[in-house]
Amino acid sequence: MNDPTTEPAAQANLQYRQVGKPLTRTDARGKSTGELRYAGDHVMPGMLHAKVLRSPLASARLKRLDATKARNLPGVAAVLTAAELPGRLAPTDLPGQTGRKRTDTDQQILVKETVRYHGEPLALVAAETVAIAEKAIALIEFELEELPVVSDPFEAMKPGAPVVQGSNNVVAEHKIRKGDVEKGFAEAATIVENIYQTQFIEHAFLEPEVGLAWVDEFEVTNIRMSTQVIEHFRYVADALDLPHNKVRVIGSLVGGGFGGKEDVTVEIYLALLARHTMRPVRLAYTREDSFFGHGKRHPFHIKHRTGFTKDGKITALEVSITTDAGAYVFLSPYVLLYNAVAAPGPYRVDNLKIDAVAAATNNMFTSAFRGFGSAQACVAYEAQMDEAAKILGLDRLELRRRNFIATGDTMSTGFPIESATWTEDCMDQAWTALGEKTPDHGAIKVGRGVAAYQQSYGRMTWVHDTSEAWVGMEMDGTVVVRSGITDIGAGQTSALGQIAAELLGVGLDNVTIYNSDSATTPLAGTTTATRGLLMSGNSVRLAAEAVRARFVERAAKEWKVPPETIDLGERRIFVADQPDYSMDLKDFVAICASEGILRSELAMYRAPFTEPIDRETGQGRVFPDFTFGAQAVEVAVDTGTGEVEVLKSVGAHDIGQAINPAAVAGQIEGSSHMGQGYALSEELVYENGQLMSPSFSEYLMPTSMDVPRYQAIILESRSGMGPFGAKGIGEPALTPVAPAVANAVADAVGVRVFDLPITPEKIVKALRCKKL
Amino acid sequence: MANEKSITLEINGRRRETTITANQTLLEVLRGLEYFDVKSGCEKGDCGACAVLVDGIAVDSCLTFAATLDDRSITTVSGLGKGEQLHPLQKAFTEMGSIQCGYCTPGLIIAAKSILDENPDPTDDDLRLGLSGNLCRCTGYTRVFDAIQSAAKVMRDGGEQG
Repeated sequence: MNDPTTEPAAQANLQYRQVGKPLTRTDARGKSTGELRYAGDHVMPGMLHAKVLRSPLASARLKRLDATKARNLPGVAAVLTAAELPGRLAPTDLPGQTGRKRTDTDQQILVKETVRYHGEPLALVAAETVAIAEKAIALIEFELEELPVVSDPFEAMKPGAPVVQGSNNVVAEHKIRKGDVEKGFAEAATIVENIYQTQFIEHAFLEPEVGLAWVDEFEVTNIRMSTQVIEHFRYVADALDLPHNKVRVIGSLVGGGFGGKEDVTVEIYLALLARHTMRPVRLAYTREDSFFGHGKRHPFHIKHRTGFTKDGKITALEVSITTDAGAYVFLSPYVLLYNAVAAPGPYRVDNLKIDAVAAATNNMFTSAFRGFGSAQACVAYEAQMDEAAKILGLDRLELRRRNFIATGDTMSTGFPIESATWTEDCMDQAWTALGEKTPDHGAIKVGRGVAAYQQSYGRMTWVHDTSEAWVGMEMDGTVVVRSGITDIGAGQTSALGQIAAELLGVGLDNVTIYNSDSATTPLAGTTTATRGLLMSGNSVRLAAEAVRARFVERAAKEWKVPPETIDLGERRIFVADQPDYSMDLKDFVAICASEGILRSELAMYRAPFTEPIDRETGQGRVFPDFTFGAQAVEVAVDTGTGEVEVLKSVGAHDIGQAINPAAVAGQIEGSSHMGQGYALSEELVYENGQLMSPSFSEYLMPTSMDVPRYQAIILESRSGMGPFGAKGIGEPALTPVAPAVANAVADAVGVRVFDLPITPEKIVKALRCKKL
Repeated sequence: MANEKSITLEINGRRRETTITANQTLLEVLRGLEYFDVKSGCEKGDCGACAVLVDGIAVDSCLTFAATLDDRSITTVSGLGKGEQLHPLQKAFTEMGSIQCGYCTPGLIIAAKSILDENPDPTDDDLRLGLSGNLCRCTGYTRVFDAIQSAAKVMRDGGEQG
């Protein structure tokens, strides 16, 4: 451990009763019995069914749209086209807690004149049955005039290219300047230069987008839906020109998100149709709709030029980054920034020059995906470390050890890392866990790879992120938590329950959590950016601590003992080793209730607030904190066919403090699987803007046939900004996986494939080129 | 409509008579009868989220026409337990951290039931093959294998009630 220091506060009580235990999640039972209702599992009397008509072309002018036949079909309640939505636009910015948003990147809700991507919605239908809605969609007549397509970001930035966004398709640029990069390269004994490329990929959550909307007797438009962000209710209101307090989004437990349910999906369509018909309307995307209906992971083109001393110390790094924003801006500027900030990886680089650009094309728009730009950065910097080690003649792990960033060192944007940096420990533990190496067998060559990373948790500090939560104790000593947080499957709500249970001396079984309702639960912000535990974990902690403090004060008065001697646990309030000073919480809260002592608290947690970083130098604070860790992978590659089998895959991460270790391990194991697909097989194929692979039989994710038993190693520095010193793990766990797999394949066959996915065809081709 | 037909299905031990059209899938019929524990993930037989047992055999309900199932017995995941008591597979999935978003879980548990009915003592490779029609995007299957192996042991030891 190169930094054993931890926050003293986090060390105060390591004898937790609830936190740090692999408890059964509060949502698990209902999911195993099938009783838990997802957003799509609700019906209402008189409910209509909606469908979306999408453009079959990626770039076109809408010359004519005639819905007369569809409107005349019996059972059709409404057909909406752009003609029915004069002047209405939908925001594409990220939803903040400040109410501020970009004003110049709003998107048409339905195509008015120009189609910019394959699948862009042309019309909405609501009908008595799904079958009638489908028939109505087929009856809508339209004529498209095909326009030139630009499908490559480099082409899009050339003069004369078709303009998809703005004046020249450039939707975002970032610069980072630190130290003196020329001087750094002058000091280098070796300069390594390579280009790494990543592909479009799909979130492929198993639950397609779905929602049910109705207008109630108070003129409130209610939308019950699957989303990571219930606070899009403001954007729905803005798009429909309604007061913010007249739109309510009720989230259900979400059947997977991974960033794909972070932007607006079905909610504006549902609100429009429900208000137009004044009947409940359900819209359930088919899988194909889902492939066309939400933004994709950005493909990146990343050029690294790295200078090293002969001992392997990095002297300078220059990175050129280009990404494809697709047809609308959405979160591309932020994904690009994350990528640029993460470009040096978990390494100390004093001389740094980074230039990053995102360009619009007629491909599907790109936006959030677990890892949010940082994952693509890791694909590049960790491949670069292996390539450099080969050239320098150094051991791959040793080269990394010589460059790992330490606590107090400044990161790319000049801001010092404040928490523990146990990257080396994580790497060594993951590597060691691979155990004895599997031997080669004829044409089957076995290789190993490692990848280390740093990844932010929490949002960019200039968005001034906040989260509210309410915690209260009932008369019988049970606990209620109310938080707007959406639970996308990682156990976000259950973790909040464990925190409240810990602080109020009850078991997780004694906690009921209400979540994800923009009208009735305190607004918690988004479930994105690995911010859930940091933000809502801390707001629940603050609320529970406030209630606990009042209880402790009252008990101290009762027993005439110092407050610090009082503890809560096992549904009692007590002084340790003093049997006379112990009371059942039920009896104790009765006293509090009769004396009017407040048994609940609404608390807000505020992340660190800063101003934006300098535009010219990129220097300043960008994130609250970072998680560090590593993945180690062993693969077997058939050098004849190029087929890759992942034999072993281990993730080791310092997550500060595990609230629920089983849930943390689940994140690490699941990431090992998702990252394997990213490295080896997954790719959304766009040909001239046309999506060629809109199904699970064409978009190839790893199945149960492709998985080893994944191993998770949890390190706990208790140095994070989350509750009890926790860091975040949801996105960080994924980041090192694909580069570790890529490095293992390169180790096995002795030649690198520089663009993901590393398919059998590419491996065979690379081997043939190597032989020539 | 002329292509309508009345059929009787025994769903989770209860006989239900329902009118269907010729082109309706079992998935549509079950969800229409408010068996919402049967999930729709792709409607093409690619993902397995909609798996149910038909006379004890796991099928993708999205690929099965309801018209072919008159008088047949259907078991969905909510029909596996006995009242409040969970089936050993449900208990193991619940307690072993094998569920994240949970949307694929009903299909996985149905597929696992079908595997164990045929082979009470499967290897991991048996599970890999048996679950290959069930996509899970969250867990990486490690804890799914753990849960099925654990439940298999409970069931071999006589722990399955009925």
